[in-house]
Amino acid sequence: MPSDQTSVAGVPVSPDDEQALVARLRQGDADAFETLVRTQGGRMLAVARRLVGNDEAARDVVQDALFSAFRSIKRFEGHSRLSTWLHRITVNTALMRLRTQRRRPEESIEPLLPTFIDDGHHASQFATWEGADALLERSETRQLVRDAIDRLPESYRTVLVLRDIEQVGTEETARLLGLTTNAVKIRLHRGRQALRTLLDPHFGSERR
Amino acid sequence: MNCRECATFLDEYFDGTLELTARTSFEFHLSRCANCVRYLESYRSTLSLERAAYDDPAVQRPDIPEDLIRAILDARASRVRRPD
Repeated sequence: MPSDQTSVAGVPVSPDDEQALVARLRQGDADAFETLVRTQGGRMLAVARRLVGNDEAARDVVQDALFSAFRSIKRFEGHSRLSTWLHRITVNTALMRLRTQRRRPEESIEPLLPTFIDDGHHASQFATWEGADALLERSETRQLVRDAIDRLPESYRTVLVLRDIEQVGTEETARLLGLTTNAVKIRLHRGRQALRTLLDPHFGSERR
Repeated sequence: MNCRECATFLDEYFDGTLELTARTSFEFHLSRCANCVRYLESYRSTLSLERAAYDDPAVQRPDIPEDLIRAILDARASRVRRPD
């Protein structure tokens, strides 16, 4: 979930300013729409990018989400911050796009999951991850992790991004994706396991 | 509890929602299985890494490219001229 802070070029925007912006948007004010695009578009682009996994589709999502917001601004009742409302619209728009563009069967996640022998023991010996948490400070590490998340099969990546990155609750994620809460928990667990496998060559020491 | 079951309960273990009996079995298995401990620790690190992956301000809140702003405003203007 985004922070509740709305700002223009790093300067906080007060709730009063936000109310004024909403009022102008309701009147169809073109300048207000441009303000909305400039102040909120970057954050919306980031959310869309995380969910759809590529820049081009994310741009389309932002455009569609902004038009959708502009059309439905009369229904914005001010119970949440404008940024929170836009976050929800962006998530919905991104998920809609994923549903409509899904054409080919997605890659199986099975090769990325741990395997077990008949008695239930792990089939592999795992390496110790030396200092992975310390490497978090490096932007190269964060980029590497983002790239690995992008490589997850879509139906698992979507759940992992919604739950772990966007901080959407299990029930809300289930509702958004038309899944049971149990299916969300299973996909999240498998997505995390698969991500661990993708990161293992980068953080695991030479043990195996 | 064996390694397979242990892997199944990881999220509940980290969430603190694993009920007492299962938790006791889980921790007993870990006390005897160094391989599962390594798996658990790397899984825990994965959670930290993914949650921090988008922490860069430039990633969390990038500047919206000027050409995208223009495209959106132009599309908006043409929609106003031709309402849908």
